[in-house]
Amino acid sequence: MTEPDPRRSVLAGLVIGVGMMAAVDEILFHQILAWHHFYDRSTPEVALLSDGLLHSAELVMLIAGGYLLVDLARRRRLHRASAVGGFLLGAGAFQLFDGLINHKVLRVHQVRYDVEHLLPYDAAWVSAGIVMLAVGILLTARAGRTVGTRRP
Amino acid sequence: MTSWWPAAVLAFTLTAGYAAAWWHRPRTLPGWSPWRTGAWLLGTGLAAAAISPALGAAAHHDPRFHMAQHLLLGMYAPLALVLAAPMTLVLGSLPRTAQHGLTGLLRSRPVPVLTHPVSAAVLNTGGMFLLYLTPLYGLSITYSGVHWLMLAHFLLAGWLYAWAIAGPDPAPGRPGMRTRLAVLITAGGAHAFLAKMLFANAHRFTVHAAHSSHHGVPSGEFGPAVDTGVAPIAQQNAATMETAAQWMYYGGDIAEMLLAIMLFDWWLRRRRRLHRSVRPPRARPAGSG
Repeated sequence: MTEPDPRRSVLAGLVIGVGMMAAVDEILFHQILAWHHFYDRSTPEVALLSDGLLHSAELVMLIAGGYLLVDLARRRRLHRASAVGGFLLGAGAFQLFDGLINHKVLRVHQVRYDVEHLLPYDAAWVSAGIVMLAVGILLTARAGRTVGTRRP
Repeated sequence: MTSWWPAAVLAFTLTAGYAAAWWHRPRTLPGWSPWRTGAWLLGTGLAAAAISPALGAAAHHDPRFHMAQHLLLGMYAPLALVLAAPMTLVLGSLPRTAQHGLTGLLRSRPVPVLTHPVSAAVLNTGGMFLLYLTPLYGLSITYSGVHWLMLAHFLLAGWLYAWAIAGPDPAPGRPGMRTRLAVLITAGGAHAFLAKMLFANAHRFTVHAAHSSHHGVPSGEFGPAVDTGVAPIAQQNAATMETAAQWMYYGGDIAEMLLAIMLFDWWLRRRRRLHRSVRPPRARPAGSG
């Protein structure tokens, strides 16, 4: 009677993925490794404002994704593979956005400050995003197909 | 600024008011959850602690404790007070005529405008911008009247905002999920931005506070601080202001996430209710067709 809902499952996973990647960035790289700082004193005000809004959206997304997932699971409409694919999509997209737009275009902050060559860090940051995004796309597409064939 | 009176009066008024409404609640009002009562007591305790002489005295000398006051009074206490659903209890406990009067008042023109999430956010977060980016903060350190007005604004605006976003109380004309989420994210972003602005301008900020205090400090109010002719805050280095800004940033994060949890909890409950009531009629045509 209850069919899995792959579209909503992807959405739930995606929203958590963005929030989780942002949280990892904040907790691991800012707080634990202290590679980048709270504020590096060179950020323009507009970038600071957009960063604040993005940060706020990420916090809300972490909560929103959790509740979307709970809602789907309760109605037995959660499609796990789609949710995992969505999670990687969100995490990868955020990582890519962070590496290209935040670090390079808006220059909110850099990956690391105490090193001579920033390029390897930027390359690792961006390629991690691309890998997650690619795997996410692959998983989501495959999950969509399996659900499609199962339908009467 | 170091009197027990304000904290005691606030704690007594809030506790006695809630207790009176609870006592007079009619038998028709379903059993009042002890969690709601507990939330009210917690909120009252947090608000009273925020304006207690211990924290008040520390806040007067150190912006970090001023920020703790802001977080407790303007963010955490309101969350608990809103969870306690005081309006539901009061509306349920009033006699019929008074009930109609209060509902009429709540529906009258200015109330829905004031309690709209956008105006609540402007009053709340906008008030913070006004406080820190104008000489107001310096004035609040110099004059105790301004200081108490600021604290009252923290509590009332924070309460209104939390209530407008995720209050369990019924509110006429409260907008839906999208508007409330948009306001929550925007206000949270503005709060984070202001915290980083304070961090960036920490040095200028302390100099600014010192400057404003040169215009007539009431004698005897601050003890040794008056002798130097500089407001207590200016004696602190910029590092304390930077720490205060970080408390504001991360403290605001926690409050925003708690408020988001309250909002989505309401969403999930409503969805479950809707689902239960929608499902049977939908199942019938599917079975017959």
